[in-house]
Amino acid sequence: MARQRTPEGPPPPPAVQKLRIRYAKRGRLRFSSTRDFSRALERALRRAGVPMAYSAGFHPHPLISYANAAPTGTASEAEYFEIRVAERVDPEALRAALDEALPQDLAVVEVVEAGPGSLADRLEASEWRLVVRGADPAEVERAVTAYLAVDRAETTRTFKRGPKTFDTREPVLRMQVTGVDDDGCAILRMVVRHTTPSVRPDDILTALHAVTGFGPPVPPLVTRMAQGLLTADADGVADPLATDREAVGPGG
Amino acid sequence: MPGRSVFPALEPLLEQVGKPVQYVGGELNSTVKPWDVAGDGTVRWSLMYPDAYEVGVPNQGVMILYEVLNERPDALAERTYAVWPDLEALMREHGVPQFTVDAHRPVGDFDLLGVSFSTELGYTNLLTALDLAGIPLHAADRDESHPVVVAGGHAAFNPEPVADFVDAAVVGDGEEAVLAVTDIVRDWKGEGRPGGRDELLLRLARTGGVYVPRFYDVTYLPDGRIRRVAPNRPGVPWRVSKHTVMDLDAWPYPKQPLVPLAESVHERMSVEIFRGCTRGCRFCQAGMITRPVRERSITGIGEMVEQGLSATGFEEVGLLSLSSADHSEIAQVTKGLADRYEGTNTGLSLPSTRVDAFNIDLANELTRNGRRSGLTFAPEGGSERIRKVINKMVSEDDLIRTVSAAYGAGWRQVKLYFMCGLPTETDEDVLQIAELAKRVIETGREVSGRRDIRCTVSIGGFVPKPHTPFQWAAQLGADATDARLERLREAIRSDRRYGSSIGFRYHDGKPGIVEGLLSRGDRRVGRVIEAVWRGGGRFDGWSEHFSYDAWMAACAAELPAFGLDVDWYTTRERDEAEVLPWDHIDSGLDKEWLWQDWLDALDETEVEDCRWTPCFDCGVCPQMGTEIEIGPTGKTLLPLTVLGSGRERMAEHTS
Ligand code: SF4
Repeated sequence: MARQRTPEGPPPPPAVQKLRIRYAKRGRLRFSSTRDFSRALERALRRAGVPMAYSAGFHPHPLISYANAAPTGTASEAEYFEIRVAERVDPEALRAALDEALPQDLAVVEVVEAGPGSLADRLEASEWRLVVRGADPAEVERAVTAYLAVDRAETTRTFKRGPKTFDTREPVLRMQVTGVDDDGCAILRMVVRHTTPSVRPDDILTALHAVTGFGPPVPPLVTRMAQGLLTADADGVADPLATDREAVGPGG
Repeated sequence: MPGRSVFPALEPLLEQVGKPVQYVGGELNSTVKPWDVAGDGTVRWSLMYPDAYEVGVPNQGVMILYEVLNERPDALAERTYAVWPDLEALMREHGVPQFTVDAHRPVGDFDLLGVSFSTELGYTNLLTALDLAGIPLHAADRDESHPVVVAGGHAAFNPEPVADFVDAAVVGDGEEAVLAVTDIVRDWKGEGRPGGRDELLLRLARTGGVYVPRFYDVTYLPDGRIRRVAPNRPGVPWRVSKHTVMDLDAWPYPKQPLVPLAESVHERMSVEIFRGCTRGCRFCQAGMITRPVRERSITGIGEMVEQGLSATGFEEVGLLSLSSADHSEIAQVTKGLADRYEGTNTGLSLPSTRVDAFNIDLANELTRNGRRSGLTFAPEGGSERIRKVINKMVSEDDLIRTVSAAYGAGWRQVKLYFMCGLPTETDEDVLQIAELAKRVIETGREVSGRRDIRCTVSIGGFVPKPHTPFQWAAQLGADATDARLERLREAIRSDRRYGSSIGFRYHDGKPGIVEGLLSRGDRRVGRVIEAVWRGGGRFDGWSEHFSYDAWMAACAAELPAFGLDVDWYTTRERDEAEVLPWDHIDSGLDKEWLWQDWLDALDETEVEDCRWTPCFDCGVCPQMGTEIEIGPTGKTLLPLTVLGSGRERMAEHTS
């Protein structure tokens, strides 16, 4: 006789707590992709013994949601995801355990219990830091000035569905050479609004090259420094976890 | 300065290549030791798996040697893999050498380069790595400043095609062998490298367990066959022995399996539950060269699973071996593990290809809480007759009984593996596969009462391998293979009643011819490998990179100088008297026994398994001083508190 198989045993225990987690992707692990990270994370959660809540069904998977990950090749100090657990945990203890279980260059910076509201809605813009290698800082300054002077600066990137041309200039709210690093390379900071398609630092550099003719000989080192709601003067971004901390209080 | 990281030069290149994460290392459980960890006497190995990182990183052999070597205080081991052509081009342009992924040290700076050849299709990738490393391609051109290149892995059981490119080959189990080689290198370095490279290689060769091709002269008969392979130095033995590790419980490696960040071909950890196989399938080189059977005990398996899971966080464990359902306590092992890990979302898998009802019980046990999607069986031969030739002892009724149990237990899909081009095979034998598949579907529809069950037939060309009874056999040519597969496809397609219920997957005959050339080739084939590589040949195991035409062109250019062609190596049947290129590599199998088994094959006479019937004198145990090591031990797996040790620490403290 035909038998319709259903998962045996009791349904998975329900989620009792939602946590928001900020992590950093540093050093050589900037070359990891979002898929690489999610694989590493799932294994680290198991190794650390985090009491994850699981979805129901034949292939239960841990309840994790990712938000707006930085592209492969980009370092970041401000990546976010949320998890749901089946037993209440102490956020700081979870942070320490998960940090230990992940590879060294993936650091868990902060864990807070989620308050009301959506995290994704609070990730309105990013602040980026670029170390422009192999170029004269003065030249970088001139290129930035020229770029900021135009109203539109288009670039073309190939997506899964084919090439697409879009403007990079409008989402750039701030762009400034803030100094040089130890090797004398210009440090470029920018605040960029999240749009669809998202405008990434390499898109901006490609457009900047088209507008100004300036292109560094080696790709710059790019780090996302922060993500969050734009500040009132659109000069920077605010900590997206601040509301959670206020709503729930430190340590839950 | 030797041993210095090339990462600063490599990093900008990684921005421009596909999947850069495969080149950065930093895997969980990877090890980086200081270059001078034991001062000047440090013995340094780079270990290469000559394929892409995603294939190489889960390789058990490399993982085991990496860990065994790094546990030694006086040695260090790092890993290196084949780089894809996009990075290769950039490395050449910017002068970046072949590097290890662990500390990004130049491969050319190490004392030894160990290369693990699971298949012959990695040979061109070795040449790329040597060239990028600045190591002369030909062993004869190397001096003391270059690493000693040592081949291992199953393909090393016939190292002759790469004899010009490697300094040495080690056959059999690597654990103890790498330690012995390390001792010899350490002593030689400690003594101030007396006699240079030649003396080191001689010391290795004289152990009888390391094959050094330069110390053997090969002479040929006028018709091209080998006249003799003879040692050319005093103290170098006529034959080189394989290595056999006894007592697997004493070698619980890998203890700390590597967990890559990048996606790999096996997203799970593996525990080898036994080594060797004496089922006696005549086409199976792995079974022949890894005898006798040595089991890991049920408790040893339990400990490795427990330790491996906590070290990795993997959610699936594969219980590896050549025929896992044959472990003497497999039912207790699978039940014990399934009980232990119940409710932890930890999956167990068993690469099970044996065709019997017992296997279905095991598979049911392993998927207690999951969906039953597909089961795989390997009858290998389509007709009852051909299965006798290959000694795959399963009747058509066995098979039908097994699949009906599978469909009855809720499985929806059955995959059947076959080979085409087996000795004595005719079109009829292969067309039998279509009939078998139809019976499978009919039976499945009957027992399940459903129409949506499926059966997939997967078939590829048979390649005769050294150290098997089929080492003398004629390989079926590429065109003949393709024609036979085409007829089978027609036979499956033509019957409307089964329509899409039967899937058909096949591999065409061309790659098999190149594999056949490299498997049974001799030293003269090295010229072909080099010519293909110089013409840009890379990643021959990947259909998008493999070029049959390039290989055939290289054969046509290089082999006539010896009065030979590719057919001579592949589709020619050998006779008993012929000296085979690998005869001086001692796998323990008695050549006379192999010949008798070949005659038995032609006679369609089957041979039993020596685990359950008396020894049939294949030669291995007396020749190697080994014996069968199997259970049952009668022990059981006790419940464990697993995965969740972190919970205590993390639990919220309510005041
Ligand atoms: S020598 Fe005998 S017992 Fe040992 S593997 Fe061969 S047949 Fe089996």
